[in-house]
Amino acid sequence: MIQLANICKNYQIYQKKQGVLQAFQSLIHREYKIINALDDITFNINEGEIIGYIGPNGAGKSTTIKIMSGILVPDSGTCNILGFTPWKQRKEYVRHIGVVFGQRSQLWWDVPVLDSYYLLKDIYKVPLKQFKTNLDLLTTKLDLGDILNTPVRQLSLGQKMRCEIAAALLHDPKILFLDEPTIGLDAISKLKVRKFIKEINHEKKLTIILTTHDMNDIEALAKRIILIGKGKILLDGSLPELRQKFTAHKIITICYLTKKDCPIPYKIIAETENKVKLAIDVTKNSISEVINKLSNCYDICDISVDTRSIEEIIVDLYKEYQI
Amino acid sequence: MRLYLQYLKILLKSALQYRVSFILLSIGQFFVPFSIFISMYFLFQRFEQIKGWTLYEVALCYAVIHIAFSLSECFFRGFDSFSSLIISGEFDRILVRPRSALIQILGSRFEFTRIGRLFQSFIVLVYAVYHLNLDWNYLKIITLTAMILSGVVIFAGIFILGATLTFWTIEGLEVINILTDGGREISQYPLNIYPNWVKNFFTFVIPFGTINYLPLLYVLDKTNKNNLYAFIPFIGMLFLIPCLLFWKLGIKHYKSTGS
Amino acid sequence: MITYLSLFKMRLTQGLQYRVAAFAGILTQFFWGFMYIMIYQAFYQSTNTIQPISLHQLITTVWLQQSLLALIMLWFRNNEIIKLITKGDIAYELCRPVDLYGIWFSRLAAQRLSSALLRFFPILLIAYFLPYPYNFSLPNNFVTFILFLITLVLGLFIVISLSMLIYISMFYTLSGVGSILIFGVIGEFLAGLTIPIPLMPKTLIIITYLLPFRYTSDLPFRIYAGNIAYKEAIISIFVQIFWIITLYIIGKLWLKKALNKVVIQGG
Repeated sequence: MIQLANICKNYQIYQKKQGVLQAFQSLIHREYKIINALDDITFNINEGEIIGYIGPNGAGKSTTIKIMSGILVPDSGTCNILGFTPWKQRKEYVRHIGVVFGQRSQLWWDVPVLDSYYLLKDIYKVPLKQFKTNLDLLTTKLDLGDILNTPVRQLSLGQKMRCEIAAALLHDPKILFLDEPTIGLDAISKLKVRKFIKEINHEKKLTIILTTHDMNDIEALAKRIILIGKGKILLDGSLPELRQKFTAHKIITICYLTKKDCPIPYKIIAETENKVKLAIDVTKNSISEVINKLSNCYDICDISVDTRSIEEIIVDLYKEYQI
Repeated sequence: MRLYLQYLKILLKSALQYRVSFILLSIGQFFVPFSIFISMYFLFQRFEQIKGWTLYEVALCYAVIHIAFSLSECFFRGFDSFSSLIISGEFDRILVRPRSALIQILGSRFEFTRIGRLFQSFIVLVYAVYHLNLDWNYLKIITLTAMILSGVVIFAGIFILGATLTFWTIEGLEVINILTDGGREISQYPLNIYPNWVKNFFTFVIPFGTINYLPLLYVLDKTNKNNLYAFIPFIGMLFLIPCLLFWKLGIKHYKSTGS
Repeated sequence: MITYLSLFKMRLTQGLQYRVAAFAGILTQFFWGFMYIMIYQAFYQSTNTIQPISLHQLITTVWLQQSLLALIMLWFRNNEIIKLITKGDIAYELCRPVDLYGIWFSRLAAQRLSSALLRFFPILLIAYFLPYPYNFSLPNNFVTFILFLITLVLGLFIVISLSMLIYISMFYTLSGVGSILIFGVIGEFLAGLTIPIPLMPKTLIIITYLLPFRYTSDLPFRIYAGNIAYKEAIISIFVQIFWIITLYIIGKLWLKKALNKVVIQGG
């Protein structure tokens, strides 16, 4: 359904210099620096998938999204989404996608939400009947009933985000791009938004591409993760796979009173006075065996065994790939 | 067109949310050109004529350009504030919608308070026509209407030019005001009061001359019965074509750099 | 005083950073100057009667107007102060151990001076080298120049005192863009910025002399151009001082009243 192959994109950035003389100089001759924003990006996405598209700031996430939504033309590579090349058949193509930019609004600030919806109906040329059905469905699911007649400026952040998501779905898109949909929301609103995304994905077979920095979003929603860094795809796999790959390690922290002089065959991550942190590969050693060995060396007063959170795994991933 | 009307409706609704400030701004917009016209009136009291043109003739010239300007500011203002769409990233939003970018930008903003300016200019038009004692015929009425329409088109063209520049730079766009505000002020007077290079620039490059100076000669019976002058406003409208081509180029640039 | 000075310095470096904008501004002002000059020239060529101000004197005032626009325009937005007032952040400002009127006054002065410093010199320099009669010329003698400087500085005080009143009025209207626009247009008209005061009808001239507006720009510029004699200039300086004191007192009292209202409302 979505196929990206060998997409490359370079930016030319001209380098600004300090000083008046240099500023004049740069009027005539400018030095450019070429940045590889995307370098040979290839992936396929099937109908109904929820993809967590992650990576640190500046990795190329938004460039990819821009290319996939037809805003930006890549330097090379092919992209086929729903049978369209996004940047070539922009108007026909964008009818089938919905986009939510978490930090920007597509609702008109001073008028009731419903007015904005009617305008969007005209922009997307949605037939009235279909519009009504969709609106009813979204109103119940997202619990919008009370707020549809309120001007946007009086809504809370959570209410606004729910309205934004509904706005992106009024025209029955087949693909939904969600850029940081839970940014700035409180815990309850986050849960509501996540629950809704899950439901709509299930019921409408909607394909969702989610970019976010909130790993809980990823954990709750995405079955598959694509990790991008420095313009390259570093990892493409399911969440359990990822977990398995990286939670093979457990962290054991012990507090001790005294220490005997004996060798410890495990990787020590951190050691302070009377405290030591070890990384254990559980495929090679059983936990009980490890504890046994450790109690021979240390006079233990406290011990804890931790699995790393998804957040930490990602941080490790970033570190591992040096991005 | 339907969509454009929808935009008009929603933005009018927004503007009316702030009723008091809307009314006051409209009144303010009435006074801005009013003070200019009063100054003009005083200057004519002292000097009686300017290069052979009387107050009423110049007033007609003034009215045409100001009506055109207020209409274009009201309906094409979206382009004037285009740089803010680029900076805020709202333009990306426009590109992910299945409608032409042009119409969505037009619909992004209307300046309804310009009604004050329009009203003032219209009073001046009536005042000028009342005092001029012209032989009106159908062609003259058509010409006068075409003068205003062509003016709207030319201002819209300049707005588009300015908007297109924002694809490359957002600094120093103030310069485009030379063409809009400056063009408006310059062509308040018939262009032949200026040195030739000014007259030529504003006739052949930015064709303000085609909306009030040249056709005005016809309306005021100053052309020795040469009716061709009556159709000049239509030529001025052609100005929009290069502007639109430039705009296309700008969009293309934006899509390849995404700056 | 040191607070004011450092505020001014910060403002100036801020303004200097936007070079392209400054250049565009210069170009724009140049265009406007030229346009006025061409229109006045056409009017002067259409009459044989002697006018109360010569064309060349008029042209000199036009260039001064264009280059020093930032100093004389009645309405010069300062978004920081507007935000303080309309968004209710005024509470922070009241916590600081400084006099609000003074600090705003110096902020506005700094903003105007920095913006004028960037623009006035290049405009006047180019205008100086233009062919006669378009050129900007140096004053007749040193005394004229000194009188010009004095009246210009005093005029700046009047402009800022007047715009302080606009800001204070915003405590009541909260946005009031419309009323500010109206006030600005009328003020600029009475200051002789839309039509030169000597070219106005007699009764209107008398009215402008009775109001503070013309003492901000018309007076110093015509002194410079040699259109106002020394005796009248010196009398006018006293009128300027009178207006500064009057406007200062009005502003201070009004601000105090406005702040009381804010405090009662709880910010």
